[in-house]
Amino acid sequence: MTAALAKEKDMRVKTMMDLATAALIALKTSASDADRIAAIKTVAAHGDREALAVLDQVAAASTGAVKAEADAGHAAVTTKLALWGYAQNAWYGLSLGSVLLLAAIGLAITFGVMGVINMAHGEMVMLGAYATFMTQELIRTRYPALFDYSLLIALPVAFAMTGAIGMLIERTIIRFLYGRPLETLLATFGLSLILQQLVRTIFGANNREVGAPAFMAGTTQIGGLSITYGRFWIIIFAVTVFIALQMLLRLTSFGLRIRAVTQNRRMASAIGINTNRADGLAFGLGSGVAGIAGVALSQIDNVSPNLGQSYIIDSFMVVVFGGVGNLWGTLVAAFTLGIGNKFMEPFAGAVLAKIAILVFIILFIQKRPRGLFALKGRAVEA
Amino acid sequence: MSSNSFSSVTRRRLLQASGAVAGAGALGSVGPLAAAEPIKIGILHSLSGTMAISETTLKDVMLMLIDAQNKKGGVIGRPLEAVVVDPASNWPLFAEKARELIAKDKVSVAFGCWTSVSRKSVLPVFKELDSLLFYPVQYEGEESERNVVYTGAAPNQQAIPAVDYLASADGGEVKRWVLAGTDYVYPRTTNKILEAYLKKKGVAPDDIMINYTPFGQSDWQTIVADIKRFGSSGKKTAVVSTINGDANVPFYKELGNQGIAATDIPVCAFSVGEEELAGMDTKPLVGHLAAWNNFESIDTPANKAFIEQWHAFTKNPKRTTNDPMEAHYIGFNMWVKAVEKAGSAEPDKVIDTLVGITQDNLTGGTAELLANHHITKPVFIGEIKADGQFDVVWKSDKLIAGDAWSRELDGSKDLVGDWKTLKCGNYNTVTKKCGA
Repeated sequence: MTAALAKEKDMRVKTMMDLATAALIALKTSASDADRIAAIKTVAAHGDREALAVLDQVAAASTGAVKAEADAGHAAVTTKLALWGYAQNAWYGLSLGSVLLLAAIGLAITFGVMGVINMAHGEMVMLGAYATFMTQELIRTRYPALFDYSLLIALPVAFAMTGAIGMLIERTIIRFLYGRPLETLLATFGLSLILQQLVRTIFGANNREVGAPAFMAGTTQIGGLSITYGRFWIIIFAVTVFIALQMLLRLTSFGLRIRAVTQNRRMASAIGINTNRADGLAFGLGSGVAGIAGVALSQIDNVSPNLGQSYIIDSFMVVVFGGVGNLWGTLVAAFTLGIGNKFMEPFAGAVLAKIAILVFIILFIQKRPRGLFALKGRAVEA
Repeated sequence: MSSNSFSSVTRRRLLQASGAVAGAGALGSVGPLAAAEPIKIGILHSLSGTMAISETTLKDVMLMLIDAQNKKGGVIGRPLEAVVVDPASNWPLFAEKARELIAKDKVSVAFGCWTSVSRKSVLPVFKELDSLLFYPVQYEGEESERNVVYTGAAPNQQAIPAVDYLASADGGEVKRWVLAGTDYVYPRTTNKILEAYLKKKGVAPDDIMINYTPFGQSDWQTIVADIKRFGSSGKKTAVVSTINGDANVPFYKELGNQGIAATDIPVCAFSVGEEELAGMDTKPLVGHLAAWNNFESIDTPANKAFIEQWHAFTKNPKRTTNDPMEAHYIGFNMWVKAVEKAGSAEPDKVIDTLVGITQDNLTGGTAELLANHHITKPVFIGEIKADGQFDVVWKSDKLIAGDAWSRELDGSKDLVGDWKTLKCGNYNTVTKKCGA
């Protein structure tokens, strides 16, 4: 073993063999205590689960100084693993948070900024996922070489499609219901059922397969942290969408007009902004963003007519928690809830963690009805 | 919540459509049949909402079977007429629709339900109005009713053989078990039975990990990481999955993402069949296992003929067949034989003649309807292939009789269901009393 070790060049094989030799010596009761303690130190330095199992065995099979060393090594490895565990949970939380952010960010515009209780928001996400499916099918049959870019190509397709549908909905339904939240809620809820059944009739009730491009498949290991590429890209994507949207609303005249209309409709109208048009565009924008969220979610969830339903509650939760009318609030809320959920899950289990988060939000809203980041000023009271 | 309240417009349209289908069937069968009064058969499967994905196929297969039987001249000289209703994945609506079928449409028998909660919801209706339901899906057992025939697998016809296989040399001599399921009655009861069974076989409690997730779980990162950690102890580990429907896709994707191959930690699923695989990217699933009583890929003349008939009926050469479809095939033919034997389609008379009726399986062997209203079934374990079909890696050497009451659980091991001589669904063999 030692001879083979000296010859080995590949670093990863070398470390593995290092560990194996050390483990053998540590477990050999006939070896001298000094050798065994040195070997235990090597094993402990590896600090992963296999090392832990070896140290367990050594501690059980020996006495005196060797046992003490093995126990100390065991404790050190456990601490290290626990730290990596926290890092891993934080990563999972970021990843869940990015999904929540993507699902909620369109709603942050239609509900948060415009004040429309849009129950059909989830269906916009679902339509975006179906747009991805159709784009990918087309690419698969016509231009298979482009498959790895299919998601990128699907982004504008999904945005245009759901944006157009959103504007159509605003023109034909929502427009007549501004200022009547209850009717809006019922109308958009009905609309969500219609859209679901429509998709079910056209595409069938079965899930549709959306493949993952090569750059989104696989994992990488950083220390004790395993990072899946798919999740990594979704985090990047969510943050990019957020920044782009924030810039659009802050830096362009289009964004300025939307903000003016939502803050004070009559004043905006008085200074010559076409408020009707601004409403339509804002709703289209919110729906379009929901659509591109669907492109990303098609990578981690089922593309089925029920896709939207699983996100609608979470989306409202995030927007309300973050503070209505505030995109930053949505960002902070999404990541807080994501990380909170993932830190609770190992202790409480998936079902209880979800319940605990809901209870927390209910209590929080009792205390701060306007959410994390409340808008101040007269516009809010109106 | 929202899937439960479908607009009545949709429902009405579906009813019209089903009426048209039934009407067309009656028109097609001119001659002596047209004169006789048709026997009505209720089909109680969700055609909208979350369960539509699984149940629509079962409605279609019933229409096919009824159509084929009419072409053969119906039953006891009377044509069959399908009455299709849509309970829309809404459990209370299942009970309403069941009542409508029996009381208003006067159906002689109903074929339907998928989830256990829907079966539990219609059960009082079938008992009260003394009608007959054929239930085609594998379920958690612990039930034997006079008015229900269970043509799907009980736990001892699917879950326990699967665990036995995984523990055997062929299955990889699994020593550590993850029982992962969706949080509702079927996984909870099945896992309770499996846990008791594994402990009886000498598996230490530390070597069993039980995990439940909500319906439609899509973020599996933490749980898969837990499974990975649980499996890294050096003992061979397997996952026994009662994860339901849609949550499976992200689960298998996450396994693939975290680099867990079927050779490291195999997953044996009880709710993943051909129909579910049809909408999945199968890459991350290849090599994982599923336990069923029928696979489309099993090469027998009867299975082939059934698949051909299905393709011809649906005019779609790609539609898959699956286990619950065979259960309806067996159930329907048993009902036909019972009606012929009884000379009447009266539910009461049919129920009394049902026990002991036999019907050839599609995959070999002959299923028999037992006194506890369950049937005998072969068990197959299949490995998932890239094309969404299964490669059978193990089959039971004989048909296994379905246990209504599990022998592994304290509360139920002394109970038997017997509707032939004892006329009791929960007869206690220790106290010699009916009613536990």
